Amino acid sequence: MLRTNLTHILTEEDFQKTINENENVMICCGRMGPMCIPVYGVMEDIEGDYKNVKFADLEFDAPHSHVIRNLPECRGFAGLPFTVYFKNGNVVKATSSIQSMEQVTSILDANFKQ
Amino acid sequence: MNMDSMNYDVIVIGGGAAGLTAGIYLSRAKVKTLILNEGTIGGQMILTHEIANYPGVESISGYELANIMKKQAKSFGCDIRSNIRITSLQLDDEVKTIEVNSKDVYTAQSVIIATGGKSRTIGAPGEDLLKGKGISYCATCDGDFFQDKEIIVVGGGNSALEEAVSLTKYASKVTLVHQFDNFQAFEHAINEAKSNPKIDFVLESTITHFYGDEKLNMVDIKNLKTGAIEKRKIDGVFIFIGYVPNTEKFKGVVELNNYGEIVVDTNYETSIKGVFGAGDSIQKRYRQVTTAVADGTIAALNSIEYINKLKTETVDSF
Repeated sequence: MLRTNLTHILTEEDFQKTINENENVMICCGRMGPMCIPVYGVMEDIEGDYKNVKFADLEFDAPHSHVIRNLPECRGFAGLPFTVYFKNGNVVKATSSIQSMEQVTSILDANFKQ
Repeated sequence: MNMDSMNYDVIVIGGGAAGLTAGIYLSRAKVKTLILNEGTIGGQMILTHEIANYPGVESISGYELANIMKKQAKSFGCDIRSNIRITSLQLDDEVKTIEVNSKDVYTAQSVIIATGGKSRTIGAPGEDLLKGKGISYCATCDGDFFQDKEIIVVGGGNSALEEAVSLTKYASKVTLVHQFDNFQAFEHAINEAKSNPKIDFVLESTITHFYGDEKLNMVDIKNLKTGAIEKRKIDGVFIFIGYVPNTEKFKGVVELNNYGEIVVDTNYETSIKGVFGAGDSIQKRYRQVTTAVADGTIAALNSIEYINKLKTETVDSF
């Protein structure tokens, strides 16, 4: 389990439930590494400002991580973390590697209007 | 937010080892302190998987050490705001003003700049677009995406040579591209890389273009001596070309040297009275967690002395 203060997606069922029961979802799939930790940090810091978005993490080395790793939108990705944004269960955006606060919030603002 | 909550004795800009240490010392001395950090707390510490030379701690991840420092600072009453954007600064006056996110204005009598550094990028076309799609700055994070692939490592220092060797665990071939004809690394690191049969060297050269749509597939390598450009098909590029100080905001505000590092005196005071510097953003030779911690301590103690002096002068003037 990742050592963050975010909701952890621990099973494939968790994943399905999260994207089906929440209109807007941001999932960061990574490890406790230097490119991933800053993205978790951004998510923790903005969670309170984006009440309309469910923020969660998923461990890249967990068996159920295929739900993110094998998404067509993540084809070609070769840098952790894989961060995927879902609206009504569908992928609206996916990014690879470290992202800044500005990059994350611009995606949230563009896709998940409050 | 009420006005009093925006007024501090000291504002520390930066939440890495130097900034957090300053926060710990200041808050413990009952100095009202705010740490403002534009990224995630921890700075370059969190780039380190294992710190094994921090005195008193046998082995710890940079993330854990940063979290302990953060907890310590908070326990003494230090306020911390992370992932903010500093939108304007006025440090010349006796009361220093810092605007955050174009709306919150904080004031302080003294400021410590501890903004650290960041990985240097090549700046060639395609680099931004293909980051995470074949271009990486972290071998331990992304090495396993390049199993049996051909990759390039850019750089000639210890990080580049050590990571080139470590990446041979995954890659079928590693080409090390370096702008000079010699390396700026320890002898043992150079020897280890040179004796590895999977590593080739392309010296006096640099990458001038990255190509690819969904992922990186080709680069231009320019020979800096002849100007010749070679187009090379490649699966991945790892870039380790050092660090630059995070001081763009302070250009024209405090004195910087030619490398963009903050110039400080023996008291760690910058060219502005009451504004101190600490950590990797200042002009110095060694950049370690321990040296950042020492800088943060000294800057904090001098900052306390500065504000105490200001208070005494104010009392004397009555």
